[in-house]
Amino acid sequence: MKLTLRVWRQKNADAEGTMSTYEVDGISPDMSFLEMLDTLNEELILKGEDPVAFDHDCREGICGMCSLVINGEAHGPERTTTCQLHMRSFRDGDTIDIEPWRAAAFPVVKDLVVDRSAFDRIIQAGGYITAPTGSAPEAHATPVPKPDADYAFEHAECIGCGACVAACPNGAAMLFTSAKVNHLNVLPQGAPERETRVLDMVAQMDEEGFGGCTLAGECATACPKGIPLTSITRMNREWLRATRKAGKR
Amino acid sequence: MARTVWDSTVGKKTVMAVSGLIMLLYLVVHMIGNLKIFFGPGEFNHYAHWLRTVGEPFMHYEWTLWVIRVVLLAAVVAHAVSAYQLSRRDIKARPRTYVHRKPRAGYATRTMRWGGVILGLFIVWHILDLTTGTVHSGGFETGKPYQNVVDTFSTWYGNAVYIVAMLALGLHIRHGFWSAAQTLGAGSRARDRALKTVANVLALLLTAGFIAVPVGVMTGVVS
Repeated sequence: MKLTLRVWRQKNADAEGTMSTYEVDGISPDMSFLEMLDTLNEELILKGEDPVAFDHDCREGICGMCSLVINGEAHGPERTTTCQLHMRSFRDGDTIDIEPWRAAAFPVVKDLVVDRSAFDRIIQAGGYITAPTGSAPEAHATPVPKPDADYAFEHAECIGCGACVAACPNGAAMLFTSAKVNHLNVLPQGAPERETRVLDMVAQMDEEGFGGCTLAGECATACPKGIPLTSITRMNREWLRATRKAGKR
Repeated sequence: MARTVWDSTVGKKTVMAVSGLIMLLYLVVHMIGNLKIFFGPGEFNHYAHWLRTVGEPFMHYEWTLWVIRVVLLAAVVAHAVSAYQLSRRDIKARPRTYVHRKPRAGYATRTMRWGGVILGLFIVWHILDLTTGTVHSGGFETGKPYQNVVDTFSTWYGNAVYIVAMLALGLHIRHGFWSAAQTLGAGSRARDRALKTVANVLALLLTAGFIAVPVGVMTGVVS
């Protein structure tokens, strides 16, 4: 396959960026999107040019490190992570636009790499449970109803890649935050911090400069792990409940 | 608690949802009241007069009406202020748009902001036209709402402004009602279709019901 790539190049956080055009040839349809970028970078290095910086790690679709807005869609045309996207999703001779996640809370570090530590700070605000560490607890010590376990797992699938923020017209982190809140709030292990968790995580989310939710639904469409839009609804319910309870205290 | 609600994006959305639902409830009542115009000037004018005497003798003449007006004004202001502040925040949160843009959200979703501005301007015109009569096209007469309505919809711009605003209203409610349910935590996977249907039905009924009046005047059914 022969492709024309238009890639966002930006030297560093303070530099002005621009879209640069590159031609790549000899791309196999079986290559992953990141392997295609590796091919481009090898050519750039041989030519003595600066390779395109992009985030990647496990390349198995489970770490949440890879990003990229491909032709205007977070993680590209398939509902998966960029590393699991294959070149067979494109046609020979295509022009592909590659841009970084765009959000005020995700500043560009270089080229296609953005700083997603805002997510880490949201987790630090309440995305944990308080439990004694040490030897593993007895598995049956805390019974969890099967529907709750399934619900928690569905939300625990979130890999924190930030596609929801990238796809949201408001750069909101509601789907990410709600996935984390719901994952823990539905479980008995998360019950002691149920109220403070949602209040603190939403407050941190606002603090980081993410936008608000307008229920456009783009986040859930872009999510490679299929976190549903109703996750946001449930977090709103949790937030209202916690606010009412905090008001009574 | 009020502080927490107002300072949070989720809280401000709650303010929007509640104020929006208050206005929606009012619109349903308003639309049903409007339809009395099809039963002649006697019934319509009598209905308009009754609105001023609701609650008597407990409430004085027009008291109930003023209570409703104050509640509505509060709802409009709360809705608009939170919408403005949230929108500013949303725009700031996405300082640079994508070179390759792919709008996927529905038309109703994308037009919420401008639609809201149009509706706000419409409300001002609507009150100046048919409540105070300041910008009324014919000889405005207090206590003769039937004739005032016919006068307004006898001008092309009266019809145009009204119909455009009502179409904007339909779109606004279509996304707004469903969104309000999500914001208040009332949505769920099982209820999603029902909520969307209710939103669409409400939007359609209100738009059709309101537009029926200018269409009635234009076709001579109401004159």
